[in-house]
Amino acid sequence: MTIAIDDKGARPGLPSANQITGPTPGQQLRKRIFGHYGLLIGAGILGLIFLMALSAPFLAPHDPYAQSLLARVKPPVWLGGSWENMLGTDVLGRDYLSRLMYGAQISLLIGFAAAFISGVIGTAMGVAAGYFGGKVDLVVTFLITVRLSMPVVLVALAVVALVGGSLEVVIAVLGLLLWDRYAVVMRSATMQIRQMDYVASARAVGCSTSRILLTEIMPNIVNNLIVVATLEMAHAILLEAALSFLGMGVQPPLPSWGLMVAEGKDYILFEPWLITIPGVALFMMVLAINLMGDGIRDVTAPENRN
Amino acid sequence: MLIYTIKRFFLAILVALTVSVITFSLNQLSGDPAIAMAGETASDSDIEYIRKLYGFDRPVHEQYLSWVARAAQGDLGQSFYFRIPVTDLLAERLPVSMILGVSAITFAIVLSVPLGVLAAMRPNSWLDRFALGLSVVGQAMPSFWLALMLIVLLGVMFPILPMTGSDSWQNFVMPTIVLGYYATPAIMRLTRAGMLEVLGSDYIRTARAKGLKRHTILFKHALRNAVIPVVSLAAVQFGFMLGGSIVIESIFALHGAGYLAWESIGRLDLPVVQAIVLVFSLFYIVLTFLSDLLNAWLDPRIRVS
Repeated sequence: MTIAIDDKGARPGLPSANQITGPTPGQQLRKRIFGHYGLLIGAGILGLIFLMALSAPFLAPHDPYAQSLLARVKPPVWLGGSWENMLGTDVLGRDYLSRLMYGAQISLLIGFAAAFISGVIGTAMGVAAGYFGGKVDLVVTFLITVRLSMPVVLVALAVVALVGGSLEVVIAVLGLLLWDRYAVVMRSATMQIRQMDYVASARAVGCSTSRILLTEIMPNIVNNLIVVATLEMAHAILLEAALSFLGMGVQPPLPSWGLMVAEGKDYILFEPWLITIPGVALFMMVLAINLMGDGIRDVTAPENRN
Repeated sequence: MLIYTIKRFFLAILVALTVSVITFSLNQLSGDPAIAMAGETASDSDIEYIRKLYGFDRPVHEQYLSWVARAAQGDLGQSFYFRIPVTDLLAERLPVSMILGVSAITFAIVLSVPLGVLAAMRPNSWLDRFALGLSVVGQAMPSFWLALMLIVLLGVMFPILPMTGSDSWQNFVMPTIVLGYYATPAIMRLTRAGMLEVLGSDYIRTARAKGLKRHTILFKHALRNAVIPVVSLAAVQFGFMLGGSIVIESIFALHGAGYLAWESIGRLDLPVVQAIVLVFSLFYIVLTFLSDLLNAWLDPRIRVS
C-alpha cells in the first residue's frame, strides 16, 4: 500500500495545509503592512510626489525656466489668481506649479543619491566593524566619533562654497557626510547577528568570509539598513534645502524647493504664499519618508512578527 | 574611574587632533588661497607677496603644524576680511551663540521631558498621541521654513516680537523656539522610551507593592533612572544646535558665531571659517567627554567595558 505524498488528492473533510500551518510569512507581512496606517499614508504621499516628479516633463503646464516679466508674482488661484498659473508665478514670472513639479525631481534625486553613497560607505564600515571587531572596530568607532564632532551644516556649507555649488557637488558632499548613522546601526546589528548559531555553523562548514557576510549577515540586517536609508534620505533632502536656502547648494535657475523659499523670502511680508507653497511641499515629502521609515521599522521588527 | 577618565581623555585629544587636520585641509580645497585673496586683477608679484606673507609657499605639513601650534595658544590667525585677529571676532560673537544654544536646549528640555514622562505614564492616551504628533511634525519641519513662518506669524500678523537683530532678549525668543523645537523630537522619544522601560521594571513594582506614594515612585525612583540617557542626548543635541545655529542666526540676523560663519563662507574668509568649525567641534568634543564621565559616574557598568 502506498501513501499519497502529494496533497493534490487531499481527501475531502480534511483541513488543507494552509489551515494547519496558519498564514504563510508572506501573508502575515501583508497583513501587518495593510494594518499600519502610518506606513500606508507615508507610502501614499510619497507615491504621489514620485508621480509628480516623473510626470513633470509631460504634465507640467509651463516651462519651469521660462520667465515672463509681465506676469511676475501672480497669486495662486485661491487668492484671486487664474487657472493659467494655478499656484501663481514667482519673482521672475515663472510658473510656480511647474517649478514645484521639477523641484520634486531635484529633491528626490538628491535624497536617493546621497542616501545611497552614504549607505555604501556607512554599511561597509559598520559591517566590517561589527563582524571583525578588534582593531577594525576601534578604527571605525573612532572615525564615527570624529565625524559626529564636526558640524554637518557648517562643513557642507564651507566645502560647497570652496568647490563651487552644483547638483553633483551637493550630492557628493552630503553623501560623504551622512554615513555616521548607517555605520552606528549596521555595526550593532552585525554584532548581534554574528553571535547567532547559524553564523558559527557556516564558519564551521568552511564558508568564506565574503559568503558569510553576503548570505548570512546581510539578509538579516537589511531591514535596519532600509530604515536608516529612509531617515538619511529625509535628512539629505532637508540639508539640501537648507544649503540651497543659504545660497550654497543647488544654484539658480534650478527649481530646488529650498531655493524657491530663498527667492520668495524678500516677499514674505506681502506674498507669504511664495514661501508657504514650497515649504509645505518640502514638509510633506519629509513627513512621508519618515512615516514610511517608521512603518517599515514597525512592520519588519522581529518582536512584532506574531 | 580614573583609568576610564584617562582613556576617555586621550580619545578626546585624538579626535580633536583629527578634526583639526580635516579643518585645516579646507584650505587645500579652494585651490590656491593666495589667488583667491589677491583678487582677479592682482599681478603675479602681488600673489607671490601674499603667498609669502601668509606662508602658503611652505610645505603643507609645516603649515599645518604651525597653524595647530598657534591655535593651541589661542591664536587663530587674522581675518582676511576684517583684518583683525579671529580670536577677537569670536570673543564678540560666540557669547550670542552660547546664549541662543543654552536657551534653546532649555526650551527643548522643558517642553520634551515632561511631555515624554506624561506620555509614558499613559501610553496611547490623547496626550501620548499629541506628543507623538508633535515629534513627527518636528522631524519633518525644515527649520529655516519654520523660522520664516514664525516671522510671518509673530512679526507681521501679530507684531509682538522683533524680526531681526540681536539687541534685546526679545530677539532671542523666535530663534530659541525654532532651534529648541529641532531638538525636541529626539529628547521626547528617548524620555518616553526610558520611562516606559523603567516603569515596567521589577523595582517599580516592588515600590508600588510597598505602598509608596505615586509621585515618590515617579520622581524618586523612575525619573532618576530614565533621565540618565537623556542627559547625554541633551549634550549631543546641544553640540548639533551650535551647527544648526548657522541657519537660524542668518535668518534672524542674530549676530552670533553662526551668522559670522555664514558671512565668512560667502566672503571666502577662510581663517574665520576654520576657526568656527574648530571651535564648534571642540565644544562638542568637550561636551560629550563630560557627559560620558557623568554617565560613567552614575552607572558603574560603563566604566568596566
